[in-house]
Amino acid sequence: MANQIPHVDYLELGDKPHLVANECTSCGARFFDRRNACAKCFKNDFKKVAISTDGILKSFTIVAFAAPGVPVPFVAGIIDCGGTSVRGNVINTEPTPEKVTLGMKVRLTTFSLGTDDEGTEAIGFGFEPA
Amino acid sequence: MASDDIWILGIAMTKFGKHSDKDIVDLGSEAAIAALADAGVTMADIGILAAGNLMGAGAGFGQQLQKQIGQTGIPVYNVANACATGATALRTAIMAVKSGEVRMGLAVGAEKLAGAGLLGGGGVSKKDGNKFEPRGRYGSVLPTDGRIGTDTMPGTFAQVGMEYGHKYGGVSFELFAKISEKNHAHSVLNPMAAYQKRFTLDEIMNDMMIAYPNTRPMCSANCDGAAAAVVTSGEVLRTLSKEQQRRAIKVSASVLTTDPYEEACQILPDVNTLTRNAAKIAYEQAGVSPSDLDLVELHDCFATAELVHYDNLMLCPEGGAVDFFMSGATWRDGSMPVNVSGGLESKGHPIAATGIANIWEVCHHLRNEAGDRQIKDAKVGLAHVIGLGSACGIHILERSGL
Repeated sequence: MANQIPHVDYLELGDKPHLVANECTSCGARFFDRRNACAKCFKNDFKKVAISTDGILKSFTIVAFAAPGVPVPFVAGIIDCGGTSVRGNVINTEPTPEKVTLGMKVRLTTFSLGTDDEGTEAIGFGFEPA
Repeated sequence: MASDDIWILGIAMTKFGKHSDKDIVDLGSEAAIAALADAGVTMADIGILAAGNLMGAGAGFGQQLQKQIGQTGIPVYNVANACATGATALRTAIMAVKSGEVRMGLAVGAEKLAGAGLLGGGGVSKKDGNKFEPRGRYGSVLPTDGRIGTDTMPGTFAQVGMEYGHKYGGVSFELFAKISEKNHAHSVLNPMAAYQKRFTLDEIMNDMMIAYPNTRPMCSANCDGAAAAVVTSGEVLRTLSKEQQRRAIKVSASVLTTDPYEEACQILPDVNTLTRNAAKIAYEQAGVSPSDLDLVELHDCFATAELVHYDNLMLCPEGGAVDFFMSGATWRDGSMPVNVSGGLESKGHPIAATGIANIWEVCHHLRNEAGDRQIKDAKVGLAHVIGLGSACGIHILERSGL
C-alpha cells in the first residue's frame, strides 16, 4: 500500500498498525510529538518504542458540541496502553454512556480518512471495544 | 507587622454579564477606578500596573488603560496566562511590592467574552491544494480535533472529572449535575453574577449536552467583566488611616505554579498536580490548614472540574471528593462553603477578570460586606484559578486584625 499516509507520524501502518513513541533513553519518559529535549529530565536522546495496541479506557467524554466541521457525537478518550497514556477516539460502538464505560478494554484499529488529489489515502486510528 | 506583609488595600469588580456598550478598556477602567477609590488612593500612589487580558494579548492593554485612568509613567506589565491571567497580574503586583521596588501596585484583569461560544477545538483544514502533507509536531496530515480526541474545553474538563472517577470511583452524570445545582443555587444571592437562576437537577441534566457529562449549565458562562485590586505592604499600610487598615485584607499566601512533568500530562492536561503543589505551598506560607478556611472560591470552569479540586486543595481526604460533596459540606450552609458567588458556572468567566474577581468575593466576606450571601464571621478564605497549559494561582486571604 505505497499510497497510504498515516494521519499522524506516530501511527505506524503496515501489517500490524501501532503507535510509536519517542522514549527518553535517560529516564524513560514517553512522548508522541517531535522533541527538543525531555520534559522530565532535560536530556535529549530518544529512541522509538512501539506502544501496545491493547488498552484500558481510563477517561472519556462524549462530545456533542464541537467546532464547525467536526462530526458529533463522538467519544474522546484517554487509553492506558500498558502504562503509556494515549489520546484517541473510541469507535465502532454506539457513543452513549451505556456502551462506553470507564475501565473498558479497547484495542487500536485503523480506518480511512479519505484520499487526496494524488490518490494518497490518509489512515487514522481509534480504539474499539476488545 | 513585618514590611514583607502584603495587603489588599482596595478591590472591585464590575458586574459580570453582557456589556455590549463597553469595550475592554471601559470595563478595565471601571474596575480600576473603583479599586483605587475602595483603597482610598489615586494613580499618583501606584508604582506598578499589572494588566491582564487574554483574548487581546499583544495589544498593550495596560497602556490603553493608562490613557483612560492616568498616565503617570509607571511600568506596565501586560499579562496573559490563560485562565490564570488575573491571578498572575495580581501576583505580579504583589511581587513588585514585596521586592521593595514599589509602595503600591495595581492589578487589573478584563475580558470581553459574551457570545464567544465554544472555546478550544477546531483547527485549520489544509487549503493550498488537496495534498496530504505532514505538519506540526505530530506530523498530522489533517486536523486532529474530533478525530484523535477533543481539544474543546468542555470535553477536556469532562475527561478530567471522569479520570477522577476511574481512579477513585463514585462519579456519575447525576453527581456532577448536583455540583452545578449547588453553584446555580448560590448565584441567586449574588447580584454581580451574570446568571442568577436556580435550576432543578432535572433541568440541568436535561439541558443541552455539550460534552458528556457536562450539559450547558455545567459549563462556565462566557461573559464580559473586569476586576482590579490595589496591593501594598504592611509597612505602608501602617501609615494609612484606621479605616484603611481595618478594611485591608491580608494576603497570607500568593502562589503561582505550572504543571510539572507527569506521565500522561501531554495527553490530557494535568490540572491536579500543579493545584496540589500550589495548595501545599500556600497553606505552608499562610500557616493555615484547610480546616481553618471559612470559604473557598475554586475554579469550577466545568462541574467536572470542581470535584477534582476539592481533593487537590485538600479540602477532603485524598480520593474522598465524592463523599465530601455528597455530605453537603460545600453548600453555603455546609462546613466548607465552596463557590458561594455562584462560581464560574453562574457568575461567569470573563477569563482575565476571574482570578481577581474570586479574590474580591473572598475579601467581601472577610470584610463582612457580602450582604445577603455573607458567610457569617468569615476570617480566612482561599481563591484558586487554573489556566490550561497549565498555570495555577492560589491566594489565601485573612481578615485584618488591625
